[in-house]
Amino acid sequence: MSQCLLEASDLSMRFGGLLAVDQMALNIRTGEIVSMIGPNGAGKTTVFNCLTGFYQPTGGKILFKGQAVEKLPGFKIARLGVVRTFQNVRLFKAMTVLENLLVAQHRHLNTGLLAGLFKTPSFRKSEKAATERAAFWLDKVGLTEFANREAGNLAYGQQRRLEIARCMVTDPELLMLDEPAAGLNPNETSELDELISDLRKSHGVSVLLIEHDMKLVMDISDRIYVINQGRPLASGTPEEVRNNPEVIKAYLGE
Amino acid sequence: MGEAGFYFIQQLLNGLTVGSTYALIAIGYTMVYGIIGMINFAHGEIYMIGSYVAFAVLAALALMGIDSVTLMLSAAFIISIIITSTYGFAIERVAYRPLRNSNRLIALISAIGMSIFLQNYVRIAQGSRDIAMPSLITGGWSFGPEDGFNITLSYMQVVIFIITFITMTLLTLFISRSRMGRACRACAEDLGMTRLLGINTNQVISLTFVIGAALAAVAGVLLGLYYGVINPYIGFLAGLKAFTAAVLGGIGSIPGAVLGGLILGVTEAFTAGYFSTEYKDVVAFSLLVLILLFRPTGILGKPEVEKV
Amino acid sequence: MNNYNATSGLRWFPAFMAAGVLLLLAVLMLGVQLTTENTQLVVDFAASERWAWIVSGAVFVFLVQLFRDPLTALWSGVKGHNAIPKISVPSLDDNKPLKRLLISFAIAGLLIWPFFVSRGAVDLATLALIYVMLGLGLNVVVGLAGLLDLGYVGFYAVGAYSYALLNQYFGLDFWSCLLIGGAMAALFGFILGFPVLRLRGDYLAIVTLGFGEIIRILLNNWTAITGGPNGISQIPKPTLFGLEFTRRAKEEGNVPFHEFFGIDYSSGYKVIFLYILAVLLVLVTLYVINRLLRMPIGRAWEALREDDIACRSLGLNPTAIKLSAFTIGAAFAGFAGTFFAARQGFISPESFTFIESAIILAIVVLGGMGSQMGVILAAVIMTVLPEFAREFQEYRMLMFGLMMVLMMIWRPEGLMPMKRPHLSLNEDQEDESASGQPAAGSV
Repeated sequence: MSQCLLEASDLSMRFGGLLAVDQMALNIRTGEIVSMIGPNGAGKTTVFNCLTGFYQPTGGKILFKGQAVEKLPGFKIARLGVVRTFQNVRLFKAMTVLENLLVAQHRHLNTGLLAGLFKTPSFRKSEKAATERAAFWLDKVGLTEFANREAGNLAYGQQRRLEIARCMVTDPELLMLDEPAAGLNPNETSELDELISDLRKSHGVSVLLIEHDMKLVMDISDRIYVINQGRPLASGTPEEVRNNPEVIKAYLGE
Repeated sequence: MGEAGFYFIQQLLNGLTVGSTYALIAIGYTMVYGIIGMINFAHGEIYMIGSYVAFAVLAALALMGIDSVTLMLSAAFIISIIITSTYGFAIERVAYRPLRNSNRLIALISAIGMSIFLQNYVRIAQGSRDIAMPSLITGGWSFGPEDGFNITLSYMQVVIFIITFITMTLLTLFISRSRMGRACRACAEDLGMTRLLGINTNQVISLTFVIGAALAAVAGVLLGLYYGVINPYIGFLAGLKAFTAAVLGGIGSIPGAVLGGLILGVTEAFTAGYFSTEYKDVVAFSLLVLILLFRPTGILGKPEVEKV
Repeated sequence: MNNYNATSGLRWFPAFMAAGVLLLLAVLMLGVQLTTENTQLVVDFAASERWAWIVSGAVFVFLVQLFRDPLTALWSGVKGHNAIPKISVPSLDDNKPLKRLLISFAIAGLLIWPFFVSRGAVDLATLALIYVMLGLGLNVVVGLAGLLDLGYVGFYAVGAYSYALLNQYFGLDFWSCLLIGGAMAALFGFILGFPVLRLRGDYLAIVTLGFGEIIRILLNNWTAITGGPNGISQIPKPTLFGLEFTRRAKEEGNVPFHEFFGIDYSSGYKVIFLYILAVLLVLVTLYVINRLLRMPIGRAWEALREDDIACRSLGLNPTAIKLSAFTIGAAFAGFAGTFFAARQGFISPESFTFIESAIILAIVVLGGMGSQMGVILAAVIMTVLPEFAREFQEYRMLMFGLMMVLMMIWRPEGLMPMKRPHLSLNEDQEDESASGQPAAGSV
């Protein structure tokens, strides 16, 4: 078994009387694309929120590269290399597309106050590198011509791609996508499919995906976790999951 | 019981008196916050306007030669409540309703603007100087040794307790028993859902402002008579104090507002009694800061879950 | 109540309602006059002209409500959608030399102008510049970082009192206190900001308001040190490299400005010197904020205002970013405060009430949150306009309040909405702009 990038065990999340996630176990190996599927309200996004530190799980352990992260705040987990997108796209709407990508590189930049005020050579170099990096990713997701447009004015599919690009400029190890194909047309979905495969191939990023589009999921996933009512129902390769009677029951009913 | 004990009880009584009026104002903050999630910054000015109207009514009745205290008080309460309710209604219609769906800060800035506007409107109409009024209800009881410190409980304080109690009971009955009260509670739970169920939420929100303003008017009449002096600036501080009380008790919770008001009033009275009158406002603000830091949900508030 | 107008086009019911409400609101407040005569409270009908105002107001509201539908139709037909003019400066980003030329002319104009006008005008301009500085500073906190700070005046007070106290007790001069005042205010911002910045937006607003009030009450009551309500007077004016602008040197061995240059004494020099100093401070402020906007930290502020959850998901620490905005905003207030103390020569807690915070906020709101040109314009309007119309003075705060409400309803983005800096992906241009002069006025 290759090295585990992220490993969650016994993960639970309780809101008052509601147990949204119950004894969830999940692992992602380096270079894998793993999907989480399940009916609406199954707790997929809650698992995401626990893994990325937006919720403090009420129980369980999360290891990222062997380091316990379940108590860390979200921004610290992000700094370790776990970044995510959101179900309802969260862009910096009033800022330009390019600025969105520059903000994401914040912690890689020269943030010295005086360096910036006096435009020292090192500051200029760091800004230039950031712009180049942004330009590279804009090109990759096909948004170069919109660089100076306000992010909120982009079409929906473009916003989705910008959000992924914004994750990628941070140079993550694990990219978590929350329903990236929601609201996309079939054409855009297949572009997304290619983009995700390419991210793994050319940029070595592992991917955890929540998705309802079964074609996309079956197409690109190495493994799939099926969640129902906050509990893991089944897991395995797309083939195994597709043929699992439990899964068929949960999805199609009797 | 020694002298120190008497002094303590005196401070407690004073604190509860003022605290119960804070509670009345705080309910207005807490109800509005509970339903539309905004801080009605102009609420303190409503209280101030309530005092002014009451003074005008009392002075007018005195000029007419009416000297029955009961009649004067009732007239002051009724007219003051009518006028301030109208203010509450109008403010919501003009300054807040158009902003219902915008950012919280936008609505708050509008509310601050409204507060400044009302304060200066009264200043221009009635002048910025203090307006004083001889006390309507005089006398009281005294307990304690002949030569030592005496506890005094004035009739005015008793009136404040009784009227506050009656008002709170009426409010509780209204909220828990009436149809509109049920609609109010539903809106506080989930405004969008309530609208989908066919309840006119705009009406409910207007009603919330009207009730809040009416309670502020009651506080305005009571505190105006208790202190005997008003000016256009009293609303600012009273508003802040009441907001503190609402947050202290847990914003959105009506029993919380009452509890918060009483605690704040007593804390202030003790600060003034044992430490220094000048610093009593500092204590109130510090209390606000401390609660927000360590228990932003207040004593009886529900925690808010961040929606990611 | 829109369903009443379905058939006739005239809205009788809302019209009667609105007029009735207006009468109810006005009659017992504007219509009567409370006075205290010999400890007796007396109420009287107000002057007849006020009643005329009330009645005409009610009639006006009645007519507007009655004919609202035709009026709105007419209005949108005539003017398009937006009633308030949108002021915008043509973007000169493409033409750098022209832009630099214009900025140089503007600065030169600002510096030469005071020599040709009255002292009063220069003095007023200096006051306006103080508000420009305060507005720009608060704009960092409110407009860019999206943190509603209602206690901004507290930091202004810290700056002013730092200078006054350090001068009184340790004899420090204006120039060293300018730095210390800014630093002290920043330190206060940092210490106060640290615990409160975790709070949600509207709570933050109220807590900062509380802090501002606490600072004022402490200044008011700590009589032994601050002089309490009497304040501190005889704060010396700034010097020009040690040259004083007084008739005779106050300190032994100093030479007054006019003697040094061998010209006659005129108090006008002092006024102009203060004005020029204010211009320089504003230019520095503008330069710094413009740089900040194009730096990682400035972008992070705006990102935080837009979406703090997304910020966290990208590894930005919201508390640290908020704290930096709060601290830097406070520092500008500190500079402005120090200068204010030096200009006035006298300060007391009365200058630092909540109303002052509200005025600064009104400037930011009117100008357009985030927009620096807007803030400058608004600060000038807010300080100069009341001076031109004396009778307006009385209604100044009333108008401010009304304007804040109306702006939020009609134009929350302000008179001159913020413009986004356009960055080039092309490296050559990037190099060109980077090697050039700092563009102080590019807003």
